Amino acid sequence: MERVAIIGASMTKFGQREEWVQELLAEAGLECLEDAGVDAETVKHLYVSNMASGEFEGQTGVMNGLAHDIGAVPAYTQRIDQTSSSGGAGIYAAWQSVASGASEMTLLVGGEKMTHRTTGEATDVIASLTHPVEYKTGVTLPSFAGMTARHYLERFDAPRESLAKVASKNHKNGVDNPHAQFQKEVDVDTVLESPIVADPLRLYDFCPITDGSAALMLCPESVAQEYTDEYVVISGIDGATDTHVVHEREDPTVMGGVVESGEGAYEMSGRDPDDIDVAELHDMFTILEFLQMEGLGFAEQGEAWELVEEGYTERDTGELPVNTSGGLKSKGHPLGASGVAQGVEIYEQLMGEAGDRQVDAEVGLCCNVGGFGNCVITTIMEAAR
Amino acid sequence: MTMEATRYDDGTISYPGHPRSRNGAEPVETIDLSEYTAEVVTWTTSTATPPGVREPNHLAIVEFDVGEVAETSEGDAVDDGEDVETSVRALVQLTDDEAETGDEVEPVYTEELREPGAGIREPDSQDWDGYRFEPV
Repeated sequence: MERVAIIGASMTKFGQREEWVQELLAEAGLECLEDAGVDAETVKHLYVSNMASGEFEGQTGVMNGLAHDIGAVPAYTQRIDQTSSSGGAGIYAAWQSVASGASEMTLLVGGEKMTHRTTGEATDVIASLTHPVEYKTGVTLPSFAGMTARHYLERFDAPRESLAKVASKNHKNGVDNPHAQFQKEVDVDTVLESPIVADPLRLYDFCPITDGSAALMLCPESVAQEYTDEYVVISGIDGATDTHVVHEREDPTVMGGVVESGEGAYEMSGRDPDDIDVAELHDMFTILEFLQMEGLGFAEQGEAWELVEEGYTERDTGELPVNTSGGLKSKGHPLGASGVAQGVEIYEQLMGEAGDRQVDAEVGLCCNVGGFGNCVITTIMEAAR
Repeated sequence: MTMEATRYDDGTISYPGHPRSRNGAEPVETIDLSEYTAEVVTWTTSTATPPGVREPNHLAIVEFDVGEVAETSEGDAVDDGEDVETSVRALVQLTDDEAETGDEVEPVYTEELREPGAGIREPDSQDWDGYRFEPV
């Protein structure tokens, strides 16, 4: 099987945008075509990662709309919804379309328009992924995070400050990301003094509500070499699920989908956690960075907080920089775009195009989490020159 | 009103019930969790709640010890397998913020845990009554 390459990437400014979802998708899609040097008519498959444009905006059929808007008709097109991991699922679908031989040029665009909704409405749209016995309690994804964080802190005797340090680190990284929603440093005291949202987690433990879009261009490696001498390959990718009902999991601090998808991606790539130079983890809530570090083998269970305390995940001085983009925490979380934007960051890091965020990296990993670990995609990328 | 967990032919229990257990086994009986007390595993108080949900909303994952040994569909006791469970967890509302991790709590019936139709979920697609839990 020929390796699948990425030859172009783009993302819009994340934040509160005036544009609606169709315009956001077109903005990232056109920019990705230009970055890859690919004509729209060359695109054979077009995937759109989007969780809920129908629920948020009353706009469905966004994949067909995008194909028309960017001049990619008659490309085959499909919308990918896997809740918050729609972006990662889009990378997997795009990879499959190329790896199978069905497409020689696949454009993936992820996007969401959310900020026109109130926080309560947006939270409810996201919480609609829960089982009826969960939904009727009024649980939200932040509530799951609060319960999990309390359990983690109590069980592993971790200090509350360690979670605040995740937020502070990722905000610091986001300062250097011109596409981030918040280019603003937030210190640990500010996190610890911010309003409680889901006890013990506070406002700055959570990602914001965001509009935005991101895109990647995928093709077989032999085709990539017709366009460029420098590109990135997807060396490993896998997806997995965990229980729909969160409390049915045997261990509240283990996300089975992270473990399973990580193992699959490592096996496909022939890599292990020690080989990863940079990682984008789904820090929708600070506690998720701990759970993914442990699930992906970067730390033993209950010990990720110690690595964060030691500075292991710092961008400029750590052994494994985590969320150099600023993560969902500062960059923002436009649901369907987030997993694609993780891929954009790893692509730029491996291509040496990350500007002030640049780290020394040949192998990168991104982990995109849907629901509260309900669906997960892990992708490993490598620089190819 | 009951709060039904399901025991399966392989000895596992889940709340809510599913057509098959996590190992693919068929259901053999239900257990009404509203007849039991439970222990708080973890909890939170949510201050940013969706439409139709009380604010603040006190939530917990609690664990029920349902003790007794069950029978399989053939009438054999499910007591010699490797996966026989005697406890089951549930996500519940707490009546207030008085409960802590490890506390014993008991159910109190509530007609509406949240307002049907105020959120995105179709009101007729599910039930809305249930139990809040308070310290024993």
